Amino acid sequence: MKVILRNPRRQVELEDVRRVADVFRHLDLVPESFLVIRNGELVTSDEEVSDDDVLEMRPVISGG
Amino acid sequence: MKCRVCRGKAVIQVRRHNANFCQEHFIDHIHRQVERTIDDFKMFGPDHRLVLGVSGGKDSLALWHILTYVGYRVDGLYLQLGIGDYSSESLTLSQQFAAERGLKLEVVDLPSDFGFAVPEAAAASRRTPCSACGLSKRYVLNREAESRGYDVLVMGHNLDDEAATLFSNVLGWNVEYLGRQRPVLPATDGGLCRKVKPLIRVAERETAAYAVLNGIDYEVEECPLAAGNTINRYKEWLNRLEEQSPGIKANFLFGFLERGSVHFSDAEDVELVSCSNCGQPTTGELCAFCRLQAVTFSRKQDL
Repeated sequence: MKVILRNPRRQVELEDVRRVADVFRHLDLVPESFLVIRNGELVTSDEEVSDDDVLEMRPVISGG
Repeated sequence: MKCRVCRGKAVIQVRRHNANFCQEHFIDHIHRQVERTIDDFKMFGPDHRLVLGVSGGKDSLALWHILTYVGYRVDGLYLQLGIGDYSSESLTLSQQFAAERGLKLEVVDLPSDFGFAVPEAAAASRRTPCSACGLSKRYVLNREAESRGYDVLVMGHNLDDEAATLFSNVLGWNVEYLGRQRPVLPATDGGLCRKVKPLIRVAERETAAYAVLNGIDYEVEECPLAAGNTINRYKEWLNRLEEQSPGIKANFLFGFLERGSVHFSDAEDVELVSCSNCGQPTTGELCAFCRLQAVTFSRKQDL
């Protein structure tokens, strides 16, 4: 599956990932700091993912 | 995951409330959190003239959407900071948001109205870009809100902004800042507009989710000058704590507001006088903004 990251914008490929929570673990990202978007919709950490998915890990931290 | 309210498919988990929500009930939840904050802290009423500081980011645009939806009439005030494409894109997004909803957006341009851009001010002074930016925003938004006759300046600071600022002020024991860290700062005769923060019960992740779920097109990229920003680093640390202990950010902030801030209230009892250059309230002869402007002009003349 493809994972899109930002700041800087880049893309990584992950294999053998079952759920969104696994993506956080693989990439050592803190769930509280991101939204996960698939096909324009928010998905929760228990959602199953497939190798065909493209997930955007959108950071939510911004300066005031 | 299922929605706590309707048992439909959840789109977001809010662990500090031990709840998951579908789109409809998450949006309801956010509206209730903001309305409760406005009521609890007596921020403003339906007859007040409100102006919102708009940046084009998720917080200010989500707050504008929320306040309008629940029935308030709010104008927007955008400060163009002169940060290249980032500022241009943020302005375009703010203008599009306002135009699509028939809202009034006033634009102030730091370079053309005040003679300098944030990157120039940061280079000329000993301030970081975020410090020069924050000072400019506080000064210009207050001055413009006052001079345009608004009763209340509404700001989009969220739970994470306030918790990280509190964390920073505690680490440095900045007692004067701790005394001023409140969701409502009253107006003064000397030129400070009443300032309020209705998003303090809403986490940063939730304002972003609210924006996505409502189709709000906001500036997703981080400011290019904010790399390594200390407050953002504190937010990251607090989020790691939040993962282990859901609710710790809210407990930290609201515990301070309910039981801690009273111990620092004397620290903000400083006498304000008028700046000898611009007339805005300050504690010294020349306000910090005029000093920043002067050092930036001086540096530009030397180049």
